[in-house]
Amino acid sequence: MSSTIVSLPDQSTARIPKVNFITKENGLLSWLLTGDHKRIAILYLISLSFFFFIGGALAGLIRLELLTPQADLMATDTYNKVFTMHGVIMIFFFLVPSVPATLGNFLIPLMIGAKDLALPKINLLSWYLYIAGGTLAIYTMATGGVDTGWTFTTPLSTHYVNTNVLTTGLAVFIAGFSSIFTGLNFIVTIHKMRCPGMTWFKMPLFVWAHYAASILMVLGTPVVAIAIVLVALERTIGIGVFDPTKGGDPLLFQHLFWFYSHPAVYIMILPGMGVISETISTFSRKRVFGYTAVAFSSVAIAVFGFFVWAHHMFIMGISNYAVLVFSLLTMLVAVPSAIKIFNWTFTLYKGSITFETPMLYTFGFMGLFTIGGLTGVFLGTSGTDIHLTETYFIVAHFHFVMVGGMLMAFLAGIHFWWPKMTGRMYPEKISQLAAVITFIGFNFTFFPQFILGTLGMPRRYASYPPEFQVLNVFSTAGATILGVGYLLPVLYLTWSLKYGAIAGNNPWQATGLEWQTQSPPLTENFKVTPIMDHEAYDYDWLEKQKEKEVTHVG
Amino acid sequence: MSDSPVILHDTSEAAGHAHGGEHPSYLRHHFESVEQQADTTNFAMWLFLLTEVMFFGGLFTAYLIYRNWYYPAFVAASHQLNIVWGTANTGVLISSSFTMAMGVWCSETKRKSGLVLCLVLTFILGLLFLGIKTIEYSEKIEKHHVPGFHYSLQSFLDPDSDEAAKAAGDKPLPLDVARHTEIYFSLYFAMTGMHALHMIIGIAILGFMIFRARAGAYTTGHYTFVENFGLYWHFVDIIWIFLFPLLYLISRHQ
Repeated sequence: MSSTIVSLPDQSTARIPKVNFITKENGLLSWLLTGDHKRIAILYLISLSFFFFIGGALAGLIRLELLTPQADLMATDTYNKVFTMHGVIMIFFFLVPSVPATLGNFLIPLMIGAKDLALPKINLLSWYLYIAGGTLAIYTMATGGVDTGWTFTTPLSTHYVNTNVLTTGLAVFIAGFSSIFTGLNFIVTIHKMRCPGMTWFKMPLFVWAHYAASILMVLGTPVVAIAIVLVALERTIGIGVFDPTKGGDPLLFQHLFWFYSHPAVYIMILPGMGVISETISTFSRKRVFGYTAVAFSSVAIAVFGFFVWAHHMFIMGISNYAVLVFSLLTMLVAVPSAIKIFNWTFTLYKGSITFETPMLYTFGFMGLFTIGGLTGVFLGTSGTDIHLTETYFIVAHFHFVMVGGMLMAFLAGIHFWWPKMTGRMYPEKISQLAAVITFIGFNFTFFPQFILGTLGMPRRYASYPPEFQVLNVFSTAGATILGVGYLLPVLYLTWSLKYGAIAGNNPWQATGLEWQTQSPPLTENFKVTPIMDHEAYDYDWLEKQKEKEVTHVG
Repeated sequence: MSDSPVILHDTSEAAGHAHGGEHPSYLRHHFESVEQQADTTNFAMWLFLLTEVMFFGGLFTAYLIYRNWYYPAFVAASHQLNIVWGTANTGVLISSSFTMAMGVWCSETKRKSGLVLCLVLTFILGLLFLGIKTIEYSEKIEKHHVPGFHYSLQSFLDPDSDEAAKAAGDKPLPLDVARHTEIYFSLYFAMTGMHALHMIIGIAILGFMIFRARAGAYTTGHYTFVENFGLYWHFVDIIWIFLFPLLYLISRHQ
């Protein structure tokens, strides 16, 4: 096998380091009261996976219902609850915290040569808030659910539905604070905790992407918090802020909600883009092309992302001039996104590409995110948006970006850093198979939905005209394949915890500081504070280090 | 393990970063120095205040929009607020900010009794603010100016029946205009309520700090907590500095 860069230590003598962050202390309490960012990342990973599979099961129910044109599997109001809970759980309890809270938590201190995040207790608090919010969301679901859609649209949520809007709102509110604390912690850490020599432009792009996403978390989330508070007050005592009969305006809710919830999609995607920058460089053996441009494009996405929210409201009665401006601004976001895609492609050019699992997911990301991003331009164009909005085109667009983009990036990252987190390799062949299955299943599921959308099938209905059935059957069949694709990693990654090959410090021959320490790392990350004396992604430096080490040992 | 990390430069240069002497007990393990620790927590506090700005920003946006739409109703409704109590409360809060700032100074210069005194004064002034706020709220409750099911338009449709409206020389408002006063009071209660909630949280933390300060904490050179709490307290103060003119003084310049 010459087509791989994996270099593992001699398996007959290799051992997992006896002292590491996992073996340092034992017992449940040592985990539940930990301040170690790596342990908190593991806690997050376990709880996130749990919520992902609940959200996934709900998605399965939705697809099963849509297998036939009639609403026959469940009552229509049950269907409303199912897709609402799918949205709430997947967005607030999986996608928003997914990469930042697991990989970001684990890796940012390692990547910048710090011993921990700046505020370890706040970090643990954010996990507890996440769990509290998540538990409340599950409780809500068990006691009747909520059926407003994940957007809590007023006046539906304030006046008309009689479901658990308040408890779901509270769950999202609490999870929001978890997200604020994560973002705040990252910004402070990146500003104040970098090791000697680690200047801003020597940081890995993963860190840059998280920095940009953290700005969005810190500035956006409080606004949705106040929007939820106002919905709660409107619903309980009828304060009238969103009630047209009292002079209030429901559109104000839309503004406040999307002021967070549009940047929120960049909170979801930016960390994923950070993962891609790392994998694409490692598996092409090249410095990321246009490092500075990619770094600034993350920040540009964060900044532009704050000025496009009204494109969710083109058909809701905002003024034509607002539509014009927000349409233009929306297109502007495509520029930094394209900068990233083109720079990654140029990184591939003349690189020594190998096709390990993280790289397969990365290719999946690039293709699917590009489709998702370009269809976003269709939707940002006000003329086509009027035709396409509230149809399956929206559903497909969003899932291409979030599932095809973010989830692929999440899986790429989990596979890529699995040896660092656990000290063991995942089984390569079956995981490559899983990556391919995911890609195929994904396209089967969501591509037909673009066609359904252009044909005019509205979203959020349990039944549809019979002529749409063929495409819906395609979609449901694809979802089944996709389900297998997501189940496989759970099985083989769990298996690898005990039986995987010992990974050694740096199985991928990658350049990041996190790869230069033992796997799994020590609680304090490094034996001695590292000094960053080279550029990021400097493979020549890595080669020289290896030569030095060989002569040293000899 | 023989495969020591490649990057670790175990040189005298790196060792020079570590302090030779004993670290103070309050230095947490992941910081290099006390200065870094203080700097970091301080920065985190400023960021947290930024999120608070965004949180209140949503309410201020709502206020801005509705005040522009329903200006006459907002003017009439603001006449219902007791400007004497409001001004007094502004004075109380500014004084509490002063005592808080003195507290931070005492903590910095290691004056224990001074710190305790300042914190107790801040605590009392905070309670005084909430007390005055309670008087104001109960006036609104009596007049049925709390938005919701019991809201009454009496003071606006018939200003002669209402002392405050009469004193301000209000004219009777048409029904459709008068109804918008409810939006004003919604925002009034949401904004001052959120502000009061922040005060309550602040006072609770102050109580805890007084307890700790009496035991000798914060005057050992490690005053980051007092400093950061001071930032929070001043922030809550500043919110009120904006709320007061926006809610009480809408038409007073005319």
